[in-house]
Amino acid sequence: MVTTATNKLYLYFKYLGYTLLAISALCFLTTITGGNTINPVVWGMSGIGLLILGGLIAIVCSRLPKHVAHQNNGLWQKDLTSRGISAWALGILLTGFYILLYWFPETLQGLIVALEPFSQWLRNKPSDQWFLYGTFYTLAVMLMGVYALLKYRNNRYHLIRTCSVIFFQLGFAFILPGLLLAFNQPEFYFSYFWPLKYDYLFPSTVGYLIDNGQALGVFMVFWGAVLSFLATPVLTYFYGKRWYCSWVCGCGGLAETAGDPYRHLSDKSKKAWQWEVAIIYPILGFVIITTLLLWINSWSGGSLFGDLSGGFSRSYGFFIGSIFSGVVGVGFYPIMGNRVWCRFGCPMAAYLGILQKHFSRFRITTNGGQCISCGNCSTYCEMGIDVRWYAQQGEPIIRSSCVGCGICAHVCPRGVLKLENGPREGRYHGTTLIEREAVTILS
Amino acid sequence: MQPDQHVVVIGNGIAGITLAQRLRARSDCRITIVSSESALHISRPALMYVYMGHMRQQDITPYPDWYWKEKKIELVHDLVLSIDFDQKALKLQNGAFLAYDQLVLATGSSAVYYNWPGQHLKGVQALISLQDLELMQQQTIGIKQAVIVGGGLIGIEMAEMLQSKGVEVTMLVREKLYWSTNLPEQEAKLVTQHILNCGIDLCLQDEVTEIVGDEKGNVRAVKTKSGVELPCQFTGIATGVKPNIAFLKNTALEIDKGIMVNHFFETSIPDVFAIGDCAQFKDPAPGEPALEQLWYTGRQHGEALSAILTGTRNAYHRGPWFNSAKFLNIEYQTYGFVPRHWDDLIYSSLYWEHPVKTKAIRLFYERESGILKGINLLGIRFRHDLCHHWLQEKYTIHQVMEQLPAVNFDTEFFQRYEPELLKQYYQQYPDRQEPARQHTWWKLRHRLSLFSEKSDNN
Repeated sequence: MVTTATNKLYLYFKYLGYTLLAISALCFLTTITGGNTINPVVWGMSGIGLLILGGLIAIVCSRLPKHVAHQNNGLWQKDLTSRGISAWALGILLTGFYILLYWFPETLQGLIVALEPFSQWLRNKPSDQWFLYGTFYTLAVMLMGVYALLKYRNNRYHLIRTCSVIFFQLGFAFILPGLLLAFNQPEFYFSYFWPLKYDYLFPSTVGYLIDNGQALGVFMVFWGAVLSFLATPVLTYFYGKRWYCSWVCGCGGLAETAGDPYRHLSDKSKKAWQWEVAIIYPILGFVIITTLLLWINSWSGGSLFGDLSGGFSRSYGFFIGSIFSGVVGVGFYPIMGNRVWCRFGCPMAAYLGILQKHFSRFRITTNGGQCISCGNCSTYCEMGIDVRWYAQQGEPIIRSSCVGCGICAHVCPRGVLKLENGPREGRYHGTTLIEREAVTILS
Repeated sequence: MQPDQHVVVIGNGIAGITLAQRLRARSDCRITIVSSESALHISRPALMYVYMGHMRQQDITPYPDWYWKEKKIELVHDLVLSIDFDQKALKLQNGAFLAYDQLVLATGSSAVYYNWPGQHLKGVQALISLQDLELMQQQTIGIKQAVIVGGGLIGIEMAEMLQSKGVEVTMLVREKLYWSTNLPEQEAKLVTQHILNCGIDLCLQDEVTEIVGDEKGNVRAVKTKSGVELPCQFTGIATGVKPNIAFLKNTALEIDKGIMVNHFFETSIPDVFAIGDCAQFKDPAPGEPALEQLWYTGRQHGEALSAILTGTRNAYHRGPWFNSAKFLNIEYQTYGFVPRHWDDLIYSSLYWEHPVKTKAIRLFYERESGILKGINLLGIRFRHDLCHHWLQEKYTIHQVMEQLPAVNFDTEFFQRYEPELLKQYYQQYPDRQEPARQHTWWKLRHRLSLFSEKSDNN
């Protein structure tokens, strides 16, 4: 444990980190508003440099001196993590960034120009708003990945899992698509599949990939189809939904790192669960039906629906892709928790959830009669599952929405929960050491 | 039990609410729970997490409002002033009377004070109830130093809470090591060292003689037997608990330390029962405590009494003991019974301790028969179902070692330490052979039927 003098030193450095972050914010502001009077590359890259340096200093100095058991201290008492004024301010800032990015990208021109040399170096292409977004997204996952690594440093499951989401975001969702562009190949994300990346199996995308990517394009189509229809069911059978949602997926990666300080804000009420079921499955159904219709349309030579494909892509992309997954999904982190999109909107989560619930070996076992009903598990479940409900009755937790992040098991003060894979036979059977009652909370 | 019967439970702790829930599962009778502490049942062990800001008060409420309505369990948030056992009615603080057909006393316990001078000063308190938590939140704002009197499980919780707010904490412990009234020396040493490493000061083999106040009536320091004066602005009392039975004194009900009950939880008055912390068994089995003051036993009392009240008159039988706690970040589990010291001629134990990390395993058994008596675990989790089975079925240490690889409950990717214990075992018993085939937990669970027959979760 650290002494008071060292603690003071950590505190001073933490403030230094905050100061650098503030200067970094000023740099970004200058880059955006400076117009032709400044050099956006110098200001923008200085901003990024200071963001990394200041962020790392602040994260290390706030996490490291804190005992592993004290990492959640004050979360419900601090303004920024308990829906206080600063939380709302951050929410508005993030939401505002998404609105500018989606609908007014010209306002971010300074930042886009700032990344021009980097974009040319990595992708051999001019920078655009999506490259700006990808860069900041990846930076957020990496910086806050350090935060998660330090916060959960006594738990190997989380160390490995956090490294995994950083790896997939940086390698599969940022560098690899950039390199593909550099080599004049179609931009392709090997870590996203249909139905999340709903258009990867649309006839138009398939046609484009095969025409423009030749052999590689055929491989991309093959890869996407195999991952969606073969690998997903097989991996989910063995490991549950977690192999994707909290190990590979970029949305999950951001939620597990940048969103981690907000996981306790997820709504645990019965109402929220009913909304979840009412929204997420229709979205999955919508994607499936549309994909089928598009193929029928394509085989019939477009005689059936005409330009439905384009119309659909535009409206679905706008409502689900932009508004739901971006503005609400990430912008509302500080208010509604870090998995709003994954919980209420993601068609992939719905697909994986059905597999996890009905065709998987995965479950969270509760340890005999050990639960003390404290509620840490439910509070820190980012998917809003009332884990305690099952634990205090000695039942295994088998829920389609569980993304297998494993935080419930980590925060449990009595070590009652264990994520594990076992035979499907007797999967729902609980312990004999607690009497339980049959109550369905969904009804 | 007939639907027109009215069962009233005093106390909404784990014992009282478990009784009400299980009773509801078995009967349509009218059920009312009275509590002055909180409108809804709260998890008492979770109070510390509200103080530390991990959760809010509503987060430590295991069952929401709608649950009680759906279950038709009436909740009364009021204090019971007295009980008229002849008229079968409770007098409540708001002036109303509540009639009952069966009364269950589940009043819990409160802190023990030993009449130290100054124990009523402002800033001196225990931590048992929700009100204690609120008081502690007020009394510790901006303070620098605190002293905890007593070295038990509540003591270390209070110490951790205060430390989380940057308060310098000193614990006054009467024994040579922390919690050595319960832990064997090696475990006690490990935990004691860990507490010190975490920056909590321990004043061992010392006791409080006086709590000193300032001119405003606030606590200023704690004086100890060895003559030390420890300055502090807060004093936590954690010297044990006693049943809450003050309002039952001078009534017809037979009480001693707690409310006297037989193994059917029947008190000296017909139709009046007592469970949980406040109940005291008249004739506990040899080696068993007369008072069982744990969360887990409270729940088991509630389960047992609900069966008794609905016509299954089976005497309460607790089965193998178990308990758990957390010493800062070291989880502690115990199964069966491991005494603090023992006669080496009769008992023996296998003990493994991590040289660097704060982890330990002890398997305690009878030397001659080899029968396993208890397990102590620090920083390592075992499966309760399997440990329970071993103890219940009187497994020998040799049978246990054959199944040891299946018992671990640690998170995935954690290092397994059972091989260390096995190595020690095979050195000690060189004639024993490793079993040809290792059963996994799932195989054992199936073979030994360690799961409930019906699955309710769907």
